[in-house]
Amino acid sequence: MQILKINKKDLNEFILSLNNFGEVHVPVKKGDKKFVFSKLTDLSRIELEYTRTILPPKKYFHPPTDTLFKFSQEEGYQSFTEELTKKYVIFGVHSCDIHALKILDLVFAGGFVDSRYFTRRKNAAIIGLDCTPDDKCFCRSMRADFVEDGFDLFLSDIGSSYLVRVGTGRGDDMVRKTKSLFKEVNKKDIAEYKKRSDEKKNLFKADIELSDLPEIMDLEYESKVWEEIGKECLSCGSCSMVCPTCYCYDVFDEVDLDVNHGIRKKQWDSCLFKDYALVAGGHNFRAERSSRVKNRFFHKQRGFVAQYGRPSCIGCGRCIEVCPANIDIIEVINRIRGVKL
Amino acid sequence: MSTHPTLAKEKKDIHQPFLARIIKVLPQIQDHLLFQIKFEDPGIASNFIYRPGQFVELSVMGTGEAPISISSSPTRPGIIELCVRKIGRVTNALFGLPMNSLVGIRGPYGNGFPIEKLEYNNLLIVAGGLGMAPLRSLLWYALDNRTKFKDIILMFGAKTPDEMLFKYELLKLINRPDVKCLLTVDKDEEGIWKAHFGVVTKLFDYVVIYPAETYAALCGPPIMYKFVIKELLKRNFSKDRILMSLERKMKCGVGKCGHCSIGYKYTCIDGPIFTYWDAMNLPEMIE
Repeated sequence: MQILKINKKDLNEFILSLNNFGEVHVPVKKGDKKFVFSKLTDLSRIELEYTRTILPPKKYFHPPTDTLFKFSQEEGYQSFTEELTKKYVIFGVHSCDIHALKILDLVFAGGFVDSRYFTRRKNAAIIGLDCTPDDKCFCRSMRADFVEDGFDLFLSDIGSSYLVRVGTGRGDDMVRKTKSLFKEVNKKDIAEYKKRSDEKKNLFKADIELSDLPEIMDLEYESKVWEEIGKECLSCGSCSMVCPTCYCYDVFDEVDLDVNHGIRKKQWDSCLFKDYALVAGGHNFRAERSSRVKNRFFHKQRGFVAQYGRPSCIGCGRCIEVCPANIDIIEVINRIRGVKL
Repeated sequence: MSTHPTLAKEKKDIHQPFLARIIKVLPQIQDHLLFQIKFEDPGIASNFIYRPGQFVELSVMGTGEAPISISSSPTRPGIIELCVRKIGRVTNALFGLPMNSLVGIRGPYGNGFPIEKLEYNNLLIVAGGLGMAPLRSLLWYALDNRTKFKDIILMFGAKTPDEMLFKYELLKLINRPDVKCLLTVDKDEEGIWKAHFGVVTKLFDYVVIYPAETYAALCGPPIMYKFVIKELLKRNFSKDRILMSLERKMKCGVGKCGHCSIGYKYTCIDGPIFTYWDAMNLPEMIE
């Protein structure tokens, strides 16, 4: 891989040049403590030290609501493709969130490829940025604290410069656009990068033991812990909305007043919502809140492993931060494991 | 599924419904109609290759989509038949449509029955109530390819003769020598029923089954699975030779939207046909 460096004082000039590759989106503050990815309007608003954004970058590829078709009796179902080819550059994506996009890629590929998702993926460049974990980060446990691919460029802080890994030809185009800003890395830079990488692992406070978790999930399928958590959970679905690897969605029609025309939409759904497994005729396959909570954890840590070979969790800590009932995934897993806290 | 290239995989948008016309509606039992449907585009019609046990997503404009199993056999191409119960938003709207209306169809979805494995074996089809809807496709597939199957046995139970799907079609099979058609009802207040009475498992008394050379295909209410499986296991059936069609909320049909998950499988792509071995090893599979 091509590895370069850019001086921190040159970063703004580089970010401005990214406009040539699409609409640049960056992490900015929302309120006092929260962050969001938003369109770049003012370089001074970029938050390079952000912890985590409220919504992960999945919002660009699998939007909260998405119009799939316009329909009418005369024309049938016409694909709605506006905005699909709009170009973006998403700057400042953390390693965990890049892993999450790679997980979503697995889901939206497979036997039936979701072309809407992949068109959007293709049209958005990802520029990664390294980060400092806080007390809710457990990406190291989920093996998402470093990333080797899935980005066009990845920036890592090495003091007065960023080390820049070039992951794609598009990333190379970006570098060449402002060629003079990029320098070769020297031995000192490499030593600094390795030192910081090594130090990073000591910063994690949260940890989940992953290796035998699928078996433990099977063994504790009937555990009372699920009922206890079911009593705490409010079924609000906030954890699913902010989760970078949750992808469930609902599909429904909206009809014009003339009744003959309308649109078919897709919208984020949550397996915690009461009507999630409700079928016509009134049978609900998961009527109990505890069964829905269990299903969510089971699917992420057990079911997804069976389907795709890894858990659908990257340890970003968003669900911990957002849960109004203070349900903490680390604590849930430790309870299932029988670890005394 | 590589031997059956499906239309759904070739087209651009995985959610794209194609216009199809309702060309005939055949009344079945109360609140159930058999819709004969034909794609408007002949190219799409001829590319719609499916296998017994698969389903489609049916759109009624403005009300959304519902998963419906295919009741016709791929051996009779040109039209597809959907046996629909009037039960929810989409199906209520469907029942209100005038003849020749257009609906949207996408699919076929799901794994379907593993026909290649079933062929050159005995076939035991056990249906309860509405479970006949998907199994009718398999039944006619086998009858239309009669030389490719050894003994074919149908066991079908309904509450009353009035609640028996495809009754007249199936009654005609009773006299057909190359299929053993056993039909049973719980009760018949009119006193005209000439076939069997009692639960479907009672029909096992009338047949000899060779479990090593037989595949059983089941569809019906949860209670039926429980008792039929008990009978089959008593006869030493391998759990891999018991195939069951299961139902969940198949919303997208293409393994993305999550709604039909059971444990670590999606009913829409890993199923809806599961072996009993798979079923019993998945949490929350059989209620």
